[in-house]
This record gives sequence, C-alpha cells and structure tokens, in this order.
Amino acid sequence: MTASAPDSAPALEVDHVSFAYAGRKALDDVSFRVRRGRFTALLGPNGAGKTTLFSLITRLFDARIGSIRICGQDLARAGASALAPLGVVFQQPTLDLDLSVRQNLRYFARLRGLSVKDADRRIDDQLARLDMAERVGEKVRSLNGGHRRRVEIARALLHDPEVVVLDEATVGLDVPTRKAIVSHVHELTRSRGLAVLWTTHLIDEIETDDDLVVLHRGRIVATGTARSVVEATGTTTLDAAFARLTPRAETVEEAR
Amino acid sequence: MTFTTYRRAFVGIVAREVLRFLMQKERFFSALVRPLVWLLIFAAGFRAVLGLPIQPPYQTYITYDIYIAPGLVAMIQLFNGMQSSLSMVYDREMGSMRVLLTSPLPRWFLLVAKLFAGTCVSILQAYAFLAVAMLFGLKLPWLGLLTVLPVMILTGLMLGALGMLLSSTVRQLENFAGVMNFVIFPTFFMSSALYPLWKMRESSYVVWQLCMVNPFTYAVEALRFGLYAKMNGFALAVVAASLAVFLAGAVWGYNPSRGFQVRKAGGGE
Repeated sequence: MTASAPDSAPALEVDHVSFAYAGRKALDDVSFRVRRGRFTALLGPNGAGKTTLFSLITRLFDARIGSIRICGQDLARAGASALAPLGVVFQQPTLDLDLSVRQNLRYFARLRGLSVKDADRRIDDQLARLDMAERVGEKVRSLNGGHRRRVEIARALLHDPEVVVLDEATVGLDVPTRKAIVSHVHELTRSRGLAVLWTTHLIDEIETDDDLVVLHRGRIVATGTARSVVEATGTTTLDAAFARLTPRAETVEEAR
Repeated sequence: MTFTTYRRAFVGIVAREVLRFLMQKERFFSALVRPLVWLLIFAAGFRAVLGLPIQPPYQTYITYDIYIAPGLVAMIQLFNGMQSSLSMVYDREMGSMRVLLTSPLPRWFLLVAKLFAGTCVSILQAYAFLAVAMLFGLKLPWLGLLTVLPVMILTGLMLGALGMLLSSTVRQLENFAGVMNFVIFPTFFMSSALYPLWKMRESSYVVWQLCMVNPFTYAVEALRFGLYAKMNGFALAVVAASLAVFLAGAVWGYNPSRGFQVRKAGGGE
C-alpha cells in the first residue's frame, strides 16, 4: 500500500478539470471526490465525457486545466509515480489472448515491481476470491467474457491498490455475470476499505447508499449519495432522476 | 521507485514480448521465410549477373549470397521494428498498451524497455535465419556470429525506434499499413543491402545520394563488418545518432501532454 495521505483525506480528488479535443469541449470544470471505503458511481449517458475523464485519471492524457490527486499526490507534478496506488480496469479488453491467465498477471505484477514469488502468491489469492483459481493455467483466449473480466479485476487488485477505477467494466456481459461483478466490487469497498470509482451508464448497477456523480455533456449535474440525488430531483427512482438530470437533445428542443 | 522495481518491470516487458513471439509460430516462420527467399532464390539468380570486386570487410572475391546476407539480417530487423510498431498501434487500439502506459514508471523507460523487447525478438529471428542460411551453405566466420551481436542490438534498437516514432504519429491501425509500405520498401531498396553503393552511383547519382543519407545503409554496413569480426566506426556512429533522434521523437510522440489518442470505441466517449 502506498500511504501518502491521511485516511480521512479523499483517495481521489478531481478539481476544476476541463478538457477539449481540437477545440471541442469534452469536460467543463469537473470537480468531485472519491472517498475511501466508498463505491462512487460516475453515471452519464454515452458521450457525457466519462471515458475522457477516465483517461485523465489514468494519465493517458494530461489534464492541462484543473488538477487530479491520487492519495494526495498531484498527477501533473508527481507524474507516473502518482499512479502507484491506483488499480485500473479498462472498458476494452486488455489481456493478451495468447498468454495464460498466470502469464498475463505475472506481466502486470512485474510492471508493479513485484517478485515472481510474491506475484504468484497474490495471483493465487486473488483468483481464488473470484472463483477462478482452476483457470490459472488456461490461455485467456479460451475464457468467456465474464471470466476475462474477473481476471482483469484480479489484476487491478494484485498490487494492493488504495483506489480502483473501472470504466464500464460490465459492458457486453450477461446480467448474472454483471450482477456478480458489481456485487464483488461493492464488497471490496466494505471489506478492504477500497475507494472505487465505477463509471457506467447502467443505473441498475448503483445501490442507494453509493456515492453518485452524474455527468452530462461534460459537466457535473448532480453529486451526493444516490438516495440524496433522487430526493433532490423530486423523483422517486434513480431512473427518473437520471432522466430529469440528463435530458436528451430532442427533448430539450421539444420543450422550447 | 527502486532499481529493483525498474529491473523487474524491464524483465517483465522483455519476457512478455519473447513469450508472445514464441507463442506465435506463424510469425516466426514468416520472419524466417522472407529473407530465405531472397537468399536462396533472388541471390541465386543474381549471382551470375553481378560481379563483386574485393571490398572491405571482405578479403577475397565473394559470391552474391554472401554479399546480401548482412542486408537480409538488417531486413529482418527492419520488418521486426515495423511489426513491433504495428502491434503497438494494435495494442493501443485494442487496449493492452494501456496496461503498460498506466504503470507507475516513466513513459520513456517503458518505451525503451519495449524497444529492447522488440530488439531481442529481432535478434532471435536473425540468428535463426543465419543458422538456416549456413545449413544451406552460406559461409560466415564463426567469430562473426558473436561479434555481430552488439551490432544487432544497436541496429535493432535504431530500427525499432524508427517504427515506434512512426507508430506515435499514426492514430489508426489501417493507416499504419500504408505507412509501412512507404517506409519499408524505400528504406530497404535505397541502401547497400542488395548492391554496393558505388554501382548505384554509376547508374543514378540522385538515388545514390538518397542511399547515403539513409540510416538503414549504415545499419547494413555496421552488420556487414560485425559479421566479419570487424568494426565500421562511422556506420556505428550514424546508427547510434539515428537511434537517439528516433527515440527522442518517439518519447515525445508518446508524451501524455500530447494526448495519447484513443480511438472512440462503441459505448465510450
């Protein structure tokens, strides 16, 4: 674990971040916090700017306007080393299909500076927690989508991170697998005190006590617990609250 | 980050690349067949056409297959450099490159490690080619097989860095295939890989000048001398300088402040 900030401090802080692609604004003055031991859902329709924000948090892009701090370390100042306490699950599959599960995880473990012996111990432990222990020697190509996702989640936890960010991690999975993965990640926040940022456009993945950040057209339109967001919008369900907070373009046109 | 962290990450990146290469048997055989076709068919045909006088590093008259062997080693490394870059563009589009780029190590270190990994693969391919070529009767000094190793490391790094630089400028996989055609063939043909440059000068002064500014020419010459346990200092210096320029360009190209461009995938934004 990288202990660089007191436990009371947010694990992930995004402050006044704006970003544009060739003049087209993708994010506009975005600020929010992800607390330790909390599941924070970043909810937004397609095109809201979630993946752009995810790319800034994982330093695939540099945030030129605003700042991002991971466990107190400013990404712009500390550079790549600030990513040490971060675990990441990308939207796109990122496993090597021709390598085995263990070979894939060992590769990641080495990138994080773990010895082979330590890596193997952690690999066995993480895979056992995800009911994947018996698949360790199989090539990733032979696994189904749900199992590949589990391997990616195991990989994100291998170096004992303090913050885990997941970008639409359940896209393309069947409902039972989706539920199992969402439930497992919720459990991780409770049992390990992890800070989780879960980007999604699927409302049923969010529990009423979860922290919620609603992103729409690059701007934050609501924050708070899911329950408080529903109350603030004067609706009774998160579906209705989301519809009210993120009106579609044609709906806005009709209202005019 | 400690030295051990860097060492483990470096070993991990190289091991993964070598492992992937060994798993992809088709890639291994295609890498082997290409230069062998040149050596066993093209060189056999041209052996009677081209007369080669004694020139360094050779101490006697040589046959055409002996002349083009170093050029074919360079060709293996050129193709491998481009193929590694192609896989970088593919990995970038498909996602696995992100695992590398989001590790807590400096971007320049990750790229250099990736470059070494690609070079290791190209050296494995080159030695496999030399072994098969010698089985088919190509005569090379045994000592040369050892002394060419450090040269192959340098030339492999330079050609890999060239590919990496190109891949940093190309956003999509389909565009990169075109770039490869525009780079590989002119680079290979405008060099001393297939013919001595004095012959080229006699037939076209302009093309000869282009050959003289092509870093690949110097990679071929450095390998040619290395294979005969000799050193061509000037060629090595040009290769090293080219490596520095290409690598600096690639590191700049992959700088996150320039924006690591990801293709918009369905459902993403």
